[in-house]
Order: sequence, then structure tokens, then C-alpha cells
Amino acid sequence: MLKPLLDFEKPIAELDTLIEELKRSAANDERRKAAEHDNVDIESEISRVEERRDKVMREVFANLTPWNRVQMARHPMRPYTLDYINAICTNFVELHGDRIGADDPAIVGGFCQLNGQTIMAIGHQKGRDLKERQHRNFGSARPSGFRKALRLMQLAARFRKPIVTFIDTPAAEANLMAEEEGISRAIAYNIQQMFHLEVPIVVAVIGEGGSGGALGIAVGDRVIMMEHSIYSVIPPESCAAILSEFGRDRGRASDAAAALKLTAQHALQFHIADSIVSEPLGGAHRDPIAAARVLGNAIAAELKELASVPTPVLLDARYKRYRSIGSWEEIEREALIVPVPADHVEGPMP
Amino acid sequence: MRAKSRWFTKPSGRNGSAVTNMPEGLWVKCPRCAEIHFAKDIERNLRICTKCDYHYRLHAYERIDLTVDEGSFVKINDDVMSVDPLGFPGYPEKLARAISSTGLTDAVVCGEALIDGRRCVISAADFDFLGGSMGSAVGERLVRAMELSVELRIPFVLFTANGGGARMFEGLYSLMQMAKTSAGLAKMERAAVPYIVVLTDPTMAGVYASYASLGDIILAEPGALIGFAGRRVGNQDMGMKLPDDFQSSEFQFRCGMVDQIVHRRELRSTLATLLMLLAEEGSDVKTSA
Ligand SMILES: [Zn+2]
Repeated sequence: MLKPLLDFEKPIAELDTLIEELKRSAANDERRKAAEHDNVDIESEISRVEERRDKVMREVFANLTPWNRVQMARHPMRPYTLDYINAICTNFVELHGDRIGADDPAIVGGFCQLNGQTIMAIGHQKGRDLKERQHRNFGSARPSGFRKALRLMQLAARFRKPIVTFIDTPAAEANLMAEEEGISRAIAYNIQQMFHLEVPIVVAVIGEGGSGGALGIAVGDRVIMMEHSIYSVIPPESCAAILSEFGRDRGRASDAAAALKLTAQHALQFHIADSIVSEPLGGAHRDPIAAARVLGNAIAAELKELASVPTPVLLDARYKRYRSIGSWEEIEREALIVPVPADHVEGPMP
Repeated sequence: MRAKSRWFTKPSGRNGSAVTNMPEGLWVKCPRCAEIHFAKDIERNLRICTKCDYHYRLHAYERIDLTVDEGSFVKINDDVMSVDPLGFPGYPEKLARAISSTGLTDAVVCGEALIDGRRCVISAADFDFLGGSMGSAVGERLVRAMELSVELRIPFVLFTANGGGARMFEGLYSLMQMAKTSAGLAKMERAAVPYIVVLTDPTMAGVYASYASLGDIILAEPGALIGFAGRRVGNQDMGMKLPDDFQSSEFQFRCGMVDQIVHRRELRSTLATLLMLLAEEGSDVKTSA
């Protein structure tokens, strides 16, 4: 299968191909002998090229632009929610349906075990091939998806099982049917009700944190972001298309991506994410198992910490966490005449 | 902290947002039926078209003016001001322009007031302030209003007019205001303090998908634009045929998202009745203004 590649991955992929070729030679007696005859040691040649590839990779990934991060977050090879659940958890039993009239494949969820402890895992699910992508609606949830998610979260809370949500959506579905079925209310109600859930909630942004569609299952006590994930109020393409600052040109999405400060690193800086999970060099898709292991450990560590927090304290902290998000200033009346900023508040207040 | 201020006097030269290409203030052209009206006639008719019943957009203070008992409004939270946390191109200039053109300090005005003698916390949005979009200052103002509502155990009456949704110039901060305002409403829900929303033209996106959809009771003015994503954004994919009234108050009512569509003329009395019906046992004391 031909692997889809981003432009900046191409030099890396070329070296990958070379390494694969060398490895094939190493496994082939005839070619091996030919190489020995030419005084070439295939093994050391392999490690030489590998070193070079890793060097190139380090250079490329040290210089990712915000737009490159968007591309990484949307990478078609990137592990998706079910990949992580299957890698991290055991005994996953998927639970379907909103009990109103539909089951939305763009959101999956169910009970499973993480390090032997039962949790409720819920997440947006994208599809890998064209058929599955359409089936999953590209990870864009409908009202029934959000309602299913809330049903599962409330179920988990009743049985005192912590909740882990995986965030990976371009946006919520916005077509006629979604509007008729109350997509706005579904998102809003989820966000509100998540403040009442009497169990720990850990949110892991694994790919695209796409505005309201992400937030509808992303109110948590801890928010973890994968190194190459993003979290944004609007897709950079739409932002560029709307604003004259970007010439109302979708093609200038990279400028909008920079202006929106939508990377995991920014979210951490704004105190909206609590931690960033490092990905394998080159991104999670280069070593999904390793990526899942690191993410699984991070989630488990947060759950362990939250387990000892008494419920009222937990809910109060959750309220305060979101209550304090924002950046504004409070101005004295007189100062309105001569606008001198005073008392600039940024991020959570002490 | 509350900044007490005098009852509002309208800044001069602020004309209706629907006035287009007309000599300053004298005449208005109805955006729906194109009838040209003497501005004073529209003004006298609660800014409703005398021919087709089109409800003109109201500025925040006009809204408050039409709703509360005269002289009862005490402004709060007005000194919470937006900043430019991302260094977003053009945002400081846009903010400064919005402040000087509207005479407001941000897109929502909050306060305490009486409606037919009953105390409430009230908030009204102003579409002319950056599309009524929600940034950090709007989120903070609204949550303070909700917390005051809970503290005083008096209902919160909120008028939307937030076509801009979440204010993208504040990036993730503004997205998170959806969670922040919903947190405030979770608190109100737990305290069982009523929250009444009146959806007015226009209410979209991040605002509709958060506090605007969470009213214990949701009313809407006729003919308002109310929806999740703009026609362009949401429906380009499938060439789906949209109903003529797509994303209108009437559409949302039909879909079960709105309790009642209330004509502007009936709005104050409907609110007064609801506040009476929802009053807590033993606390239903009317205060005269
Ligand atoms: Zn008219």
C-alpha cells in the first residue's frame, strides 16, 4: 500500500525506502555475498542511513510551522481513538446508541480496563479508508453522537467509573439534519452536564480538537494533548476565508493557523492543557504502539492522582478550572478616558 | 465588585444597524419588505416594521430599555475589558473601533433590574460590537452575572444577539468561554435559580452551542436568524435543499428548540408572567421601582 505523505515527510520517506532496500539485501544471501565481495558491510550501512534519517527527522520536526502541526494532527496515518483504546485498554465492550433514535459512528464509547481498572472510554472516530471515512462522517459527530456520549458518561458516573475521552474531530456536523436534531443544544447540554459528573474525567486530545465538536466531550479534570495535536476555535481555512487580514483566502490557512495559536504547546501555555505527551520522533503514526504506551501511561498517572480526590473537591476544582479560563483586564472607570491597561489577568488566577 | 452607574442615556448618533444608505437617522429602509419608514415611526413601534412586522435589531441598551422597569437598571461588570491575548492581526484596531462606534465596553451589557417589580439579573448582547461575539470579557461578564444570580437567588434573564459566535481573534480562549459559561449555568442548575433566554437576531455558532441553548426556558423573537453554522459553512458539501426558513426562529421552534416565539410587543409581559410563575415560595414580593 502506498502510504500518504506530507511534503515535509518526503525526504524522510526516501531514506526509509533506502533502509528497507538495504534490509532486504541483508536478508538475501546472494545480495549479501555480492556486498561482501565489494567490501560493503550492509549492517553498518543500514545504521549509517538510519542515523542520517533520524538526523533529518530531528531537523524537520524541530522546525514545524503551526500549519505543519495542523497537517500532522490531520495526518491520514495517525492513530485514531479505537487504535488507542485497543492498544491501551483490555476488554473493551463498545456500547452503541443514544436511546432516542440513532447511533452515530462518529463517536465511539464503551467500558474497558486500563491497568486492570474499569473506565469508560469515549472518543471521536475517524475512518481509515474512503468507505470507513464516510461511515464515520470524517469524525464529525451528529447530535445523536453527543447524546450517546452523554448517556455513556452518566452511566459511568452512576457506577463510579472514571471517564477518559479521546478528542479527534474537525468539527461537529453542521448540515440540515444536524440542525433539525439540535446540534447546538446537544453540544451545549453535554458541556453543562459534564460539570455534574461525579467521577474523574481525563481528556486526551489525540489529533484535531475542532471547536464545539471537540468541546462537547472535552470538559475534564485533566486535559492532555499529544505533541502534534491541535485545539482550535475555528478551522484555519475558515478563519482565513472570513478575515480580510488573510485576504478572505482559504489558501492562506497557514497564516491563520499561526495567528490562531492552536498548537498543543500554545494550549499548555494558556493553561488550557495540563500536559503534553511526547510522540515518537516523526509523529505517532511512525510508531503507534510506542505512542499508545506513552499516552496510556500519562492517562493512568492522571487517573491515579484524581482517584484520591474527594468528589466535592473534584467538582469544585473542575468548576474553578473552567471558570478561570480567559484573558481580560479590569479597568477603573477613570482609566476608560485615558486607556492605560491595569490588572491584566491571564490564565487561571492564583 | 460592582460599578454603580446612572441609568443609561443613549449616545447620540447611534442609529439602527439596519439603516442603510439613508440620510443620517431620518429614514429607515426595512431590510425585509424594503418599505421606507420615517425613523421616528419605527422607534415608536418598538423598532418593528409597521408594514411587515420585521423586528429590527436592538442595541443592548435599547433592549434593556424596552424590558426593565424604568430607572431600575444597575449596570454591573462593565469594566471587564477585552485584551488581545494572541496578538491577533487587526484585533486591537477592531476592538477600538467597536468601542468607539457603539459606546459600549464589550458585546454584552449586564446588570440588575426589575421587570414588573420583580428583581432579576439581566444581560443583553449588542450585535454591533464585533458581531456580538464571545471573547474572554463576555465570558467573564456572563459568569459573574450568573454567580450574582445564584448569590441573590434571583432569575437571570438573557437576551442574545451574538451572530459572531465565539470570537476567533481570541482563539482557544474564546472557545473555552463556551465551557466557562456552561459551567456557570451548571452552577445555576444545581442551585435551581431560573435562567430565561430570549433568542434575538442573530444568534449563531459558539454562543448558540453554549449558553444560548441552555435556558430553562427559551423564547425567541420572530424571524431571528438562529443556528449552528452559517449556510455557507454547513451545507456546501451535499447541495442539500434547505427549507426557506432554515435557521430562523420558526425553524428552531418547529424542531423543538424553542418554548415560544414571542412578539416584541408581548415580550416584557411574557417575561413578567414567567418571573411571577417561577418565583420561590414566600419570596414573591414585588418591589416598586
Ligand atoms: Zn418591513
